[in-house]
Amino acid sequence: MTPRIVLVTGVGGHLGGHLAARLAADPSIERVLGVDTVGPHRSVGEVIAGTGRAEFVRADIRNPLIARVITSAEVDTVVHASLTANPPGPARRSAVKEMNVIGAMQLLAACQRAPSVRKLVVKSTAAVYGAGARLPAVLTEDDPPRELSSSGYAKDAVEVEGYVRGFARRRPDVDVTVVRLTNLIGPRVDTVLTRYFALPVVPTVLGYDPRLQLLHSEDALAILERAVTNPVSGVFNAGGDGVLLLSQAIRRAGRIPFPVPRAAMPTAGRLLRGARVVDFSPDHVHYLNHGRVVDTTRLRTVFGFTPRWTTRQAFDDYVHGSGLRPVIDPSVIERLERAVAGTR
Amino acid sequence: MKVTRVQQAQVIPLDRGDRQRKPAQEGPAVEPTPIRPTPAVEPATGLRGAVADALGFARRRLTGDYTVDQFGFDPDLTETLLLPPLRAVYRKWFRVEVTGAENLPATGGALVVSNHSGTLPWDALMTAVAVKDNRDRYLRMLGADLVFQTPLLGALARKSGQTLACNPDAEQLLRSGELVGVWPEGFKGIGKPFADRYKLQRFGRGGFVSAALRTGVPIVPCSIVGAEEIYPKIGDLKPLARLLGLPYFPITPLFPLLGPLGAIPLPSKWHIHFGPPVPTAEYAADDDPMLLFTLTDQIRETIQQTLYRMLNQRGNPFLG
Repeated sequence: MTPRIVLVTGVGGHLGGHLAARLAADPSIERVLGVDTVGPHRSVGEVIAGTGRAEFVRADIRNPLIARVITSAEVDTVVHASLTANPPGPARRSAVKEMNVIGAMQLLAACQRAPSVRKLVVKSTAAVYGAGARLPAVLTEDDPPRELSSSGYAKDAVEVEGYVRGFARRRPDVDVTVVRLTNLIGPRVDTVLTRYFALPVVPTVLGYDPRLQLLHSEDALAILERAVTNPVSGVFNAGGDGVLLLSQAIRRAGRIPFPVPRAAMPTAGRLLRGARVVDFSPDHVHYLNHGRVVDTTRLRTVFGFTPRWTTRQAFDDYVHGSGLRPVIDPSVIERLERAVAGTR
Repeated sequence: MKVTRVQQAQVIPLDRGDRQRKPAQEGPAVEPTPIRPTPAVEPATGLRGAVADALGFARRRLTGDYTVDQFGFDPDLTETLLLPPLRAVYRKWFRVEVTGAENLPATGGALVVSNHSGTLPWDALMTAVAVKDNRDRYLRMLGADLVFQTPLLGALARKSGQTLACNPDAEQLLRSGELVGVWPEGFKGIGKPFADRYKLQRFGRGGFVSAALRTGVPIVPCSIVGAEEIYPKIGDLKPLARLLGLPYFPITPLFPLLGPLGAIPLPSKWHIHFGPPVPTAEYAADDDPMLLFTLTDQIRETIQQTLYRMLNQRGNPFLG
């Protein structure tokens, strides 16, 4: 089935907005409806206005109005891209949770009532697997999602995925695709990790060196776009190839690690949160403790997409593209090496 | 054609910067060329070469210019920093003698199954050195979750190529053609009292056999003699162990009597024997629990018999 009328939620965000713009540029798609409570970014807005096929609907997905939008426009494909699992900056927990969970419930309820809906794409997060010493090193789609902490955003994603499964049971005629994205990185995207690595002194958990798997934001966009047009449905992990250790990533970015004992990590997190720099949710602390790597075989073989950036390339692209000035300049280290070794 | 043109035109705000940054599309397996140029160090020999090597290693560490695999294995670090001191212990302290190394396949996956003893897992470390030095392959060991929960130790274990002893990890490693080492007796084996030395404990629930069956790799039984004598465990402070969250708190003739000095292992003479591989490829599937038990018992019996034979041939535990 080729999508004709697509509704994208969360167009106020980076992924949602650019996804709507990309879909609007696809001539096979008749109409793209972007929904959010805040308007899309100016650059995206211009593109959307230019194509004439896309329009922005200022609506809250928690409002039953969304059902009327879907039915009256005869939407056949719904892309739920507004799930916030890793808010970059300090945000009000309750508000985000309300948006995540109640919003998804309302949207799914509206989709269930709309006979025109044939496909649902949900942007989820690999955080649903949790993180810990007792988990397998490489997680596959068959590993069960687990609730990590009662307050974290990963719990929202686990709950939303549960509602999506319920929806898929009640509407077996709708193709449901869930993509579990690993942490995004890239020069233009604002995520908890891009802010984290921009700190001159990066707090780490003493004695732990987690493995990080990253996904370039452009790859994430391409995956979501493909999920809309791809006839294949199911649950897919999405992440770049390879891993970086946190210590390695810090060195590649030229930052200085600041190991904090695990017990003191929540306090350090609260300080950074209070300074409005970066959000240190309990989930994020857990992630810095154990890291998370997912298996992307299904993405490559079944879904048919190979990320263009490996984890390391994506990270380097972020470091160079966002103009991060290294605190420790690698060229100084190289000069030092040459001077001592006397090779030049 | 039209589609691509329009798409490019549309993504201008996104793509403009990317055009130059896009990595060459060589496929995902290829690591990118390092963005920072590698300094041209001419190959030098002798002391200068050693200094240059050390400096090169230091630079790679400081700039993060090295590769780790999905499990966090860091060959650069293992080769340069972790193996040399272990090798010294291997050669000078335990004077390890290896037989049957030819039973380890030169390529492809295999599961090395061994007896566990010695209170602290020196036997695992020495087996890793034996495999590396005799077959030039890294032994990817499966460790208990206690290891990965412990700060520093957990990170170090991952960097040296170990991972959690669970079937998904073991199967993924075996499938990708790695040599995987497992000590199925676990804490029951390593923490057994000195009186029970060289008596194999229960081999877990046979999870290691199921991993080998599913991936069709051979099982190499490995028998280690000498590790039982390094810390003769004559007592166990159970309440203290419970308090510290450890499986046991050993009392040896020297520990805790001599404090940290008591943690130095006694210099016993070691023998490591790798037995002929047991093929598993001919069995169809692993959904037959009886097959699992039979194979587990067969491997266990092989190792036990080899241990008895090696013990008979051994003279003094410390002189060999």
